[in-house]
Amino acid sequence: MRFAVIQFPGSNCDVDLLHAIRDGVGEEAEYVPHTADSLEGFDGVLLPGGFSYGDYLRSGAISRFSNIMSEVSRFAEEGKPVFGTCNGFQILVEAGLLPGALQRNKQLHFICKTTELKVDNNQTKFTSKYQKDEVLTIPIAHGEGSFYCDDDTLADLKANNQIVFTYASDNPNGSIENIAGIINKKGNVLGMMPHPERAIEDLLGSSDGLRFFQSMISNFVKETADV
Amino acid sequence: MYNVKVYVTYKESILDPQGEAVRGAVHRMGFDEIDDIRIGKYFEIKVSKQEERSVEDVIETVCDKLLANVVMETYRYEIEEVKETV
Amino acid sequence: MKTIHEPSAEMIKDERIYAQWGLTDEEYRQISEDILGRLPNYTETGLFSVMWSEHCSYKNSKPVLRKFPTEGPHVLQGPGEGAGIVDIGDNQAVVFKAESHNHPSAVEPYEGAATGVGGIIRDIFSMGARPIAMLDSLRFGELDNERTKYLLEEVVAGIGGYGNCIGIPTVGGEIGFDPVYKGNPLVNAMCVGLIDHKDIQKGQAKGVGNTIMYVGAKTGRDGIHGATFASEEFSDGEESERSAVQVGDPFMEKLLMEACLELIKDHSDILVGIQDMGAAGLVSSSSEMASKAGSGLVLNLDDVPQRETHMTPYEMMLSESQERMLICVTKGSEERVKELFSRYELDAVNIGYVTDDGQYRLFHHGKPVADLPVDALAEEAPVYHKEYTEPARIQQFKDMKDFEPIVENAGETLKQLLQQPTIASKKSIFETYDSMVRTNTVVGPGSDAAVLRIRGTRKALAMTTDCNARYLYLNPEMGGQMAVAEAARNIVASGGEPLAITDCLNYGNPDKPEVFWELWTSADGIAKACNTLGTPVISGNVSLYNETNGEAIYPTPMIGMVGLVKDLDHVTTSEFKQAGDKIFSIGETKADFNGSELQKMQLGRIEGELFDFDIDKEKRIQDKVLKAIRNGWIQSAHDCSEGGLAVALIESAFPKELGIDVSVDIPKEWLFSESPSRFVLSVKPEVAKEVQALFGADAVEIGEVTDTGTAMIQTHNDQMELNVHEAKQIWEGAIPWLLKSKV
Repeated sequence: MRFAVIQFPGSNCDVDLLHAIRDGVGEEAEYVPHTADSLEGFDGVLLPGGFSYGDYLRSGAISRFSNIMSEVSRFAEEGKPVFGTCNGFQILVEAGLLPGALQRNKQLHFICKTTELKVDNNQTKFTSKYQKDEVLTIPIAHGEGSFYCDDDTLADLKANNQIVFTYASDNPNGSIENIAGIINKKGNVLGMMPHPERAIEDLLGSSDGLRFFQSMISNFVKETADV
Repeated sequence: MYNVKVYVTYKESILDPQGEAVRGAVHRMGFDEIDDIRIGKYFEIKVSKQEERSVEDVIETVCDKLLANVVMETYRYEIEEVKETV
Repeated sequence: MKTIHEPSAEMIKDERIYAQWGLTDEEYRQISEDILGRLPNYTETGLFSVMWSEHCSYKNSKPVLRKFPTEGPHVLQGPGEGAGIVDIGDNQAVVFKAESHNHPSAVEPYEGAATGVGGIIRDIFSMGARPIAMLDSLRFGELDNERTKYLLEEVVAGIGGYGNCIGIPTVGGEIGFDPVYKGNPLVNAMCVGLIDHKDIQKGQAKGVGNTIMYVGAKTGRDGIHGATFASEEFSDGEESERSAVQVGDPFMEKLLMEACLELIKDHSDILVGIQDMGAAGLVSSSSEMASKAGSGLVLNLDDVPQRETHMTPYEMMLSESQERMLICVTKGSEERVKELFSRYELDAVNIGYVTDDGQYRLFHHGKPVADLPVDALAEEAPVYHKEYTEPARIQQFKDMKDFEPIVENAGETLKQLLQQPTIASKKSIFETYDSMVRTNTVVGPGSDAAVLRIRGTRKALAMTTDCNARYLYLNPEMGGQMAVAEAARNIVASGGEPLAITDCLNYGNPDKPEVFWELWTSADGIAKACNTLGTPVISGNVSLYNETNGEAIYPTPMIGMVGLVKDLDHVTTSEFKQAGDKIFSIGETKADFNGSELQKMQLGRIEGELFDFDIDKEKRIQDKVLKAIRNGWIQSAHDCSEGGLAVALIESAFPKELGIDVSVDIPKEWLFSESPSRFVLSVKPEVAKEVQALFGADAVEIGEVTDTGTAMIQTHNDQMELNVHEAKQIWEGAIPWLLKSKV
């Protein structure tokens, strides 16, 4: 499979996503600038973490007007894999491709640490290689990661099994219902605050993120093959 | 009782990176007529009447000490008196 | 509209306006009589005043810096460029430098710290290196007043705000607390970069007719005279008048960094030189680039991108607006440069060209506004050999009886020590820094040194910052040696071989002979340790005038050290790994309490004659520890420093909340002695014999790691039993508690 890693001005986890795909799971990945018009030739698109446009105004608020975002929306509509981590999640939410919003952390400052993350839904194309309720060791690094949505949206997320990851032990940022990652109804757009791409080598502390990318590749590949 | 609105912005000589980034974004959206954007903070404050000190004094002191970093920010305020209804 | 009244050359002379800018009468005489043969105008006087400030010219500290060894077989670039460079094999090199931003941080702590981080990062990428890690060495007053808490919180937020946004992991550093830093905190930032030999750049402007281009953010009136401002003392009541505040824009710097690295990597055919516009902005960068290359320069200031209106030449040249770089490119290649930077939404503008006449000429509105010999500006500031005298306290300290601590119950004393902010866990602070971005961080903050792997190799880099200024206060020369030794100990404990150091020499007012003596003699100590340990000084900076109301800080030469870990298998952390491992105490423990954390805790001050230190013995022990690590014998290694053996042992037990069963042949008080050159090691039982044989008399097996979660330490006169989990809570909770508690 061939993945596009979008580089927004100020993205800084682009390199980590690229390595996760290339070195972690041995698939192809290329950088695509935010100014590009097309994702032709790619099978999936990854929105990296970082501080696009400095996180000025609101995280993700300016990036969502980037040229490439219409192509990202097209991928979302066509059922191709769209994954955003951290700032990528914030952009997907600002762009309306996922519901809710990400607010400042409850302690009002940036927090970077390893968290215990629970797999609430392993019936997605991104998480099929995990056990349900399995607890993973995955780092977080964000200042605006407190997931918020209104009651109706929350009920909706629950009813459709869209809550994929929750913080297992302590809630690091004040997210409602400990939500760490959600998926769209169609099951092809996933956003999460934690960084699975930072957990692909035991040398750096955890390789629990590896199966995330492996799930994505085997499930979406299968689908392409079926077509 | 007073309703006070306080606006805190960077002093004119200070770089406003946020404002610059947002201005760039609106230009990319095609609004070239927007020449400049500066971002600030806005406070709504309710102050009750006091004999000893004026509302202006209170607001200016609070701004100087807390709301604005006078090393690089400036502020202005609007005071509106509200009739108390019992 | 602002009207500008620039005093005439005669007025500057008659009213001694130059003196307000920090030039002495003799310096002004040299400029007007010896160098120019005429009176300098307003702009020219301003240029000299910043270029001849201590901050830019090192006029007071040059004789001190000459003491340092700066060369070695692996040194590719010593002091004098943006940063130093050391070869690490495979055509790669490590680039690093530290810089202080003390005065700006005292005025506006968030922006002061943030722009300090931004500045040092530019120094690294201007050499052509990809910045891979940040470390920060901070000093504050005691956390017993709102101002200090505010300073700490804002400095930490500024460091995180900049580093997190630009995406360079903040992996280490240290924070210390002593009353002397209350009005004058220290903010020293160190950046480490990685470079391929072929990409190494110099800050030079050469080749007649080549173009000088300005890239990055526009110029405003930010921090004008920041460089001279950094060379003045503070006194209470001045606060509101200062305005030298620069605002950092990490987003802009991220773009600038990526654009410059692309220029360096892919366009080396047109790039002649590149330099950061740091302290004293445009004048400093441009005159240094020309002077280094033996060239002259013409700059047209009308072309300088300006954020504000009606800026004068003086303001443009001295502005310290952030996120700007100056580059020299071959004539005719300007469009390629502009195209590259425009892809990053950045300005790149021609502002001048290189000449061969050695003159530095500025034009504004078509008129010449400065015409000076460039070497006079950049190289020929006077050098002062300051007087120095041993401060009276040194003799008083020698005459004192050694401090004898009172320890009734070793467990209680240990708990108290763990709450001292200098010893207490800094986790609540370093968790606000992204320490993992770019996924190379093998060992993050909290261990002895941070370790980052070098992708595509089996190698890694270990890095640390250290300085126990209390030791220097008691004895600057020995303390200077010990600062370097401790840094090396941390590198070695992490599995690295010390390569070289950078430093920030933070001292008081050098015009005081007692202060200059501290600088002078501590440099001797640093030099001696560097020579013995084989770690040359490849970069650094000097921050003088760190005083409040005439009271100087402790002499604080922050040492930043980088080491090479030859194989990832050698990476070692300080935490005990598993029950059953044998614990060794390496080095000799004596009754060394003068200058210790325990003395400060019990007396509220430090005093007395500093204990002995032997750098040759230190070297011998470090070599053996590294050998043992490379033999694969060592499970954990921890430097034994502030708080002594007891603190080192319990800190090693904290991460996994393991227990220890230890018996030592010393009185309980000595558990807290700070005898130098010591480590705590844990080893697998099957190699305990080999470890003992390697170290001989330098090692004592003192017990083993247990799974009880209890720290048991038996001494001559005490049986300590401490719940490790509870002790850890105390240690981790101390700083958050101090920050929250009301005064």
